[in-house]
Amino acid sequence: MTVFQKSPLVTVSALTLILSLALAVVAPPFITLDNLQNLMLQVSIGALFAFGVLFPILLGGIDLAVGSVGALAGVSVALLMTNGVPIGISVLLVLALGAFLGAVHGWATFRLGIPPFVVTLAGLQIYRGAALLLSGGTTIAGLPEAFNRFAVASFLGIPSLFWVTLLSLGACGFLLSKTRTGRYFYAVGSNPEAARRAGVDVARITYLAYALSAFFASLGGVLLASRLAIGTPTAAMGYELSAIAAAVVGGASLFGGRGSVLGTFFGALLFAIIRNGTNLMGIDPFWSMVAEGFLIALVVYADSLGRRRYAGLR
Amino acid sequence: MAPLLEVRKIVKRFGPVEALRGTSLELFRGEVLALVGDNGAGKSTLIKVISGVYPADEGEMRLEGRPYRPATPKEARAQGIETIYQDLALADDLDVGANIFLGREPIRRLLGLPVIDEARIYQETRALLERIRTTVTDPRRTVRNLSGGQRQAVAFARALYWKSRVVIMDEPTAALAPMEAKNVIRYARNLAQEGVGVLYIGHNLVEVLEVADRVAVMHRGQVVFTAHAKATSQQELVYYMTGGGENPGEAKA
Ligand SMILES: Nc1ncnc2c1ncn2[C@@H]1O[C@H](COP(=O)(O)OP(=O)(O)OP(=O)(O)O)[C@@H](O)[C@H]1O
Ligand SMILES: [Mg+2]
Repeated sequence: MTVFQKSPLVTVSALTLILSLALAVVAPPFITLDNLQNLMLQVSIGALFAFGVLFPILLGGIDLAVGSVGALAGVSVALLMTNGVPIGISVLLVLALGAFLGAVHGWATFRLGIPPFVVTLAGLQIYRGAALLLSGGTTIAGLPEAFNRFAVASFLGIPSLFWVTLLSLGACGFLLSKTRTGRYFYAVGSNPEAARRAGVDVARITYLAYALSAFFASLGGVLLASRLAIGTPTAAMGYELSAIAAAVVGGASLFGGRGSVLGTFFGALLFAIIRNGTNLMGIDPFWSMVAEGFLIALVVYADSLGRRRYAGLR
Repeated sequence: MAPLLEVRKIVKRFGPVEALRGTSLELFRGEVLALVGDNGAGKSTLIKVISGVYPADEGEMRLEGRPYRPATPKEARAQGIETIYQDLALADDLDVGANIFLGREPIRRLLGLPVIDEARIYQETRALLERIRTTVTDPRRTVRNLSGGQRQAVAFARALYWKSRVVIMDEPTAALAPMEAKNVIRYARNLAQEGVGVLYIGHNLVEVLEVADRVAVMHRGQVVFTAHAKATSQQELVYYMTGGGENPGEAKA
């Protein structure tokens, strides 16, 4: 199906490629194995958050709570494990909690009619506060060795975190481009009334979108705890904005109905490369923020130009 | 011949407003029945009741003689009632094929997992577009880029494909260029020829008299007049539309 708007995907992947080639020339350490592994680690967790927020964005909604959900997940998993709950059970409980919170966001937007911006802005505050309360405002250390080892392990030369991201990429891509449920995210995002009249269960799709968003945020938060070897209530601060930016740069429209998980991945990768590159070249990292800001503005401007051209054709 | 769809004394209220006040009509197989009436007469409300958007407060409907009481649009569609809405209800970001099959995508197995059978969607859509002779030929075109008439064609293709028994059209030509309006009339006649009962809501009386076999006039929530298109005139229709026949009557049917 052509829900995959191909041109933004081409744009973002071409940008990523050009930037990588340029860095390979001006900062040769960029292409060392060490640095590439480093880059994979840097992109992994942010990409998971971005995959999650893509679903509400496809519906024309938004999820501002993901950073806080990630922090709450990190703190919760740390508390469970330090209180003797087995690793596997702790992780599953936290992921289920995340999905549940997300479903509640979907319910509040769909049934109560509160705009998703407001629902998830409230969530951003509530979950950050909950993470601070649960942890007593400090970091939780002494996590099981096996849990900490996961984030530093690698398989076939690829960091385990990056494997998780690749698997998630495959799963989301399959869902969105091959299944009915996936297609309905685009249909609801394009025209909810048309979707409803065609027999699509719009409530279910809305709950699912927000549940997936918070699920991936929780997964990201748990992996972040593993990587840092602590649970910390200030983790993942501001991740919601980078996640939204990655989806948008990757071709998702904030009006809903358009976007792809592969594009989102490239969006996240592009930002990681910008940060990595400024670092390698010894440029003040604050410049990378400025560059990211301009990139977002540029891509959204290009998108609106494209829309205007469409409108002209009709 | 028994009617395909029978609507009997339907009442529908919105708070204090009585939009339908005992509306009755009969639709037969293979005919185009036009429904005309002034703004606010209750035409859109009536078709929403028939297509399962609103439940009726009173009255009953029968489809091929059996009681028909759809609770949702989905249920109405499952019984063969397809509605082409005034606003066309298409998902702009999906392509033509995806829109025709929206909500009813055929499924195949990929490694045991249920996935959408895209090949079948595009193959059937292409055949369908050829059959209705439209200027849309590529089933992969995104609906956003289509003209108003082409969007009508997609909506018709959907009704045709799903072997609907009743097709309802709410002012299908309202936003179209004259050439495109001609095509819509052709589609409506095609559907009737295939044995479908077509309920056609229109404002343009010239067009209505051209497309319809019979015409029904609504006034203030009631059907006040029904006639064969050949046996009536614009003047007569206007007379009843403006309240000339205050008491509902089956003048000539
Ligand atoms: N959802 C609603 N809530 C309240 N009143 C409504 C609603 N829908 C319709 N009405 C009222 O019911 C009456 C009939 O409206 P309806 O839309 O059925 O008219 P119509 O014949 O389709 O008119 P038009 O030719 O303008 O499309 C009007 O008085 C309208 O204001
Ligand atoms: Mg109307």
